[in-house]
This record gives sequence, structure tokens and C-alpha cells, in this order.
Amino acid sequence: MKLLTGNELRSGAVTWWTGSGWSLHVEDAVDVGEHGEAVLHAEEGARRVNAPYIIDAVATPQGPRPAHIKDRVRALGPTVRPDLTLKPADPAAGDWII
Amino acid sequence: MYKYDHFDQSIVDARVAEFRDQVNRRIAGEITEDQFKPLRLMNGLYLQLHAYMLRVAIPYGTLDSRQMRMLAHIARKYDRDYGHFTTRQNIQYNWIKLEECPDLLAELATVEMHAIQTSGNCIRNISSDQYAGAAADEVADPRPWAELLRQWSTFHPEFSYLPRKFKIAVIASPEDRAAMRLHDIGLELVRHNGELGARVFVGGGMGRTPMIAPEINPFVKADDLLSYIEACLRVYNRYGRRDNIYKARIKILVHEIGADEYRRQVAEEFAHVKTLGIDPPLAELERISAFFAPPAFDAADVEPDRSDPDFAVWLDQNVKPHKQAGYAIVNISLKPIGGIPGDATSAQIDVMADLAEQYGFDELRVTHAQNIVLPHVAKRDLHAVWQALREADLANANLDLISDIIACPGLDYCSLANARSIPVAQKIATRFADMDRQRDLGELKLKISGCINACGHHHAGHIGILGVDRKGVENYQLTFGGSGAEDVSIGKIIGPGFDEDGVVDAVEKATEVYKTLREGDERFIDTYRRVGLEPFKEAIYG
Repeated sequence: MKLLTGNELRSGAVTWWTGSGWSLHVEDAVDVGEHGEAVLHAEEGARRVNAPYIIDAVATPQGPRPAHIKDRVRALGPTVRPDLTLKPADPAAGDWII
Repeated sequence: MYKYDHFDQSIVDARVAEFRDQVNRRIAGEITEDQFKPLRLMNGLYLQLHAYMLRVAIPYGTLDSRQMRMLAHIARKYDRDYGHFTTRQNIQYNWIKLEECPDLLAELATVEMHAIQTSGNCIRNISSDQYAGAAADEVADPRPWAELLRQWSTFHPEFSYLPRKFKIAVIASPEDRAAMRLHDIGLELVRHNGELGARVFVGGGMGRTPMIAPEINPFVKADDLLSYIEACLRVYNRYGRRDNIYKARIKILVHEIGADEYRRQVAEEFAHVKTLGIDPPLAELERISAFFAPPAFDAADVEPDRSDPDFAVWLDQNVKPHKQAGYAIVNISLKPIGGIPGDATSAQIDVMADLAEQYGFDELRVTHAQNIVLPHVAKRDLHAVWQALREADLANANLDLISDIIACPGLDYCSLANARSIPVAQKIATRFADMDRQRDLGELKLKISGCINACGHHHAGHIGILGVDRKGVENYQLTFGGSGAEDVSIGKIIGPGFDEDGVVDAVEKATEVYKTLREGDERFIDTYRRVGLEPFKEAIYG
């Protein structure tokens, strides 16, 4: 599957295309299939996302998992600071990255 | 310390106002990201993996307690309560919001700080010896020269769009504590028959093509130094490659045309530049130098009580001799076992500022090894300083030992990285946590980069580790034999790479080989240089 991701313009936070808007959580991301480029240009033009790009991902029961480790780090947060990730209360969350 | 004059302050304030306008225009959609990116980079603002990252300049790594407290304040108010001290003697914040950045920079400007020229193809923050003004072996204080270069290079109209970024280091001691010859230009202040001048080295660097800068001139008189450096830059600006980013650094130019030809062209250009009258008048040099006058040293030369064994170890490892009797140089390690190299919380930054104010003539230094220095501490105060550091978890007695690791932010933060650096540093430091074991190994400089750009200086590590991406999986190459010191050398890859745990095991095996083969007072790198790679390879790869 293909995901569309980028950063919020004002905060720089990592965001994921949900099909109708943007979410901080990769679990909410949808497969953009062949429409990724069109959505990318429309959303970037409207300043609803900054520096967007399309990535490969794998569908899992827990939701999409980016294919490359760099995007998994982006999706969760730094592995060395679990307290600063999107799941600070889950000590095993970092296992999802590796 | 240097204090801004009206011109310094006005250009920094004007830049804040200009950037505020640019940010507003970007948020309002009046300019695109492609248009905005070079503008934000000129102000040190990157877009990294999780957020915007701001790199704040700390000129030649020198700051006072007021500035240090501002760094803590920035971390607390605009970031997530910590900052990361870098190998360029700067500080980076990892979670900055674009819309808040102008206010942040305005607050920085109130303490004579900024983020200008911490990115982009310009002359970056001038780096220097963290022991400047305190080292017994220096022939002069390098800071006035670093400050002069800072002023000269700030908004230099000719050098704002160089082929590539440009890094300059100034030292004034035979002992190189600033990796001087791994800079685009390295200057070593020297005296010939009492006259001050500089050895000039050009074309060093790390990155994907590591090179040691050759000596281009053995002695440039102090009066000619600025003109000579201007000539060095002009030749590079004219002939440096702009068609290929990987060949754009000055080291490639010097290597391709040869040091002799580069030297000839610089001499030719220098003859012209010298007619332009850009070298500062004596009065200006004296004005700058006056800011760096030695503090009022008045402490009696008393040796500290060594009865506390932990304090004694810290004294032996982290405290260095000062040129003034009664004083010492204190190194504050930002490398706790299992911690993140170079990171400090705002509370810790405040503690260091307080100690500088109370015990250190209000001065701090950031080192390229990502530690902090209090350059002037009376020996009578060392125990009190140590106690305060210990309470703040800052009394790690591991300076220059295997756990004093330089590590770039790596894939945990950096969009350029291919692999994580910090977890490897944490695992190695934890493996060697025992202080007796570390001290038995002695000086062992271990440096880790998460990609070929080498921000973690792995080429200059006695042991270097380079993280690479092998089909989407992190892999770590080992290099041995590098040094950023006066015995400068580039490390060599020893063989196939390892996974994260494998590289920690390999490092441990290397230390065992060293312990078996070392002779006398040999350091790891001395033994490696004497016996060569084979015994290490055999132990590591079987």
C-alpha cells in the first residue's frame, strides 16, 4: 500500500493523509493507491501540509506499517526518548519500529 | 568575552525582523516551501524527522551564564525541556514550531545570540579550542582571532553563496583539541622569532570523502591573516565545483588541482587582496582582544582534598591543568552511562550556568566532543563544583574514555541519517560502564555517525562507527585508527559491517586485543598503529 505523509506547516509535526484530512497517527492513514500525487499537489497547494511525499507501507491488523525504518521512526518518535513519542505510556511501542 | 556593539546588535535584530516577515509570508501562503526553504536555512531552521530543528550558533563555543540560561529558557519554553550540544560547538533544539521561531530568535537576540549561518553554503560558526585562554601550551589566545573571523564572515557578501558549506577552526596550541586539520581551513597560531602568525591548512574535512588538510602556508603574519584567508576563499569561490554537490567542498578542489597549484593561486590572489586594505587596523584588533583579557585570578595554589575516592577519580579524569597557578579547567561530561551524548536538560543547563557564575568567572565553553567546560575554576572550589555537578547528574568522570562517545543524532532525529547512532552509543557505554575497566583502557575516542556525512566524526575516531542502510536494515561499519588530534589520521574500515549488538561485541573484542598487545603507556590507537589491523581482524571476524 501507499501512504501520503508530510509535516504540518506551523508546527512541523508529522502528519498522515486519512482520505479526508490529516492525522498525527499513522494508524489513521489510508492507502492512496494511484491517487497519491494528485492529493499531494492539492494539499500542498492549499498549505494543509508541508514537504509531502508518498511512501510504501504494509497493511497489518494494527494498521499501516511504513516499509522503511525512517518512516516508522517518523510515525512514532525517537526510539531513544519513549517519553517523547506518540505512545509514551507504552514501553514496548518502540518494538514496532525495529 | 566579546560584547556586541551597536552594529552587531542592530544586524541581529534586523535579521529577526526580516525572518519574522518571511515566516508570516510563508504561513500566509505568499511564498512556497521551495522559496522559503533557503530563507529558513539561512536562519538555522531545518525540517527534520519529527519537527523543525533550530541550530543556534555559539561562536567558538564560548558563552556566559546569561546566555547559557537563555539556552535553558529556550528549551523550556519552545522545545521539550532539553537541548543537544553539537560537534560544531553549537546547540540544537529538536521540536521547534515554525510559528514560534521568530519570538524565539528575538529572545536569543536579547543575549547577543542568533542562528545565522548555522546552515547553508556559507562560512559556518568558527570553532576553536575549548581551553582557549586557560591552556598552558597556547602561544596566544585564539579567541580574538576567532571573533575577528566571526565578524569578517558574518553576512560576507562575497561568501554567502559558496559552492558548499565552509568550516574554519582556530587553535593556538601544539595539542589540537579542535580537530583543526579536518576543517576547510584550519589555523594554528604560532610564533616565529616572537612574531605572531599562523600556519594555514586548507582542504580538510570528513563527510563522504575524508581528507586531512595540507599545509598551504607555514607562516602567515598576523597582520596579513584576514587578507590571506580572503584569498583562500576567493580561489575556492571561483573554482570550487557547483555542478556536483559531492565534489563541491574545498577539499576536492585542493585535492584535484594539488596543494602546490592551490598555494600558487592563493599567493597570486593574496597579492591583489592585500591592496584592498581589508586587514583590520591595530586599534580594532586591540579593541577585540580587550574583551578576552584574563580574569582577575587571585586564588591561592591549594591542592584539593582527595580523600573522597569518587572525587579523586573525577579530578584525575575531568580536571585539566590551567596556565594560572591555583586554577584548573573543569570538563563537564554530557555522556552519562546509557544517556544521549550531548543532550542536557534545561535544569542541567541552568546548573552549569550557575556554576560558571559562582565559580568560573562567568564563562563556559562547548566542546566539539559535545561536552561543556568551565575554563577557570579555583582549585579551592573544585570539590564544591563537583558536588553540585553530582547532584545534577553531571559528574561523569569519563572524559576521553570509551564512554565519552561523540554521536550524531542519527536516525532518531535526522532526516539525512541511514541508521540510529544514539542506541549504539548507549549500548557501548553500558557495556563498559565499570569505571575501573574504562580507566584501564585509557584514552579511547569512539565516534559514531548515522550516515556518510560524518557529523559524528567517525573518520576521526580511534574507533569509528558508521551506520549504513543495508536493504532497509541498519548496519554498522567499524573503522580503526582515526584521530582528530595533532596526530591526525583517517580511520580505515576493518571489514564487513555488523548489526547493532554485533558492533558492540566487536568493539569489546577490539579492546581485549588492545589489552593483550599494548606495551607500556600505549593508548589503543598507539597499539593499533604499531601492530596493524590483522590481530584485531582475527579476533573480531575469527
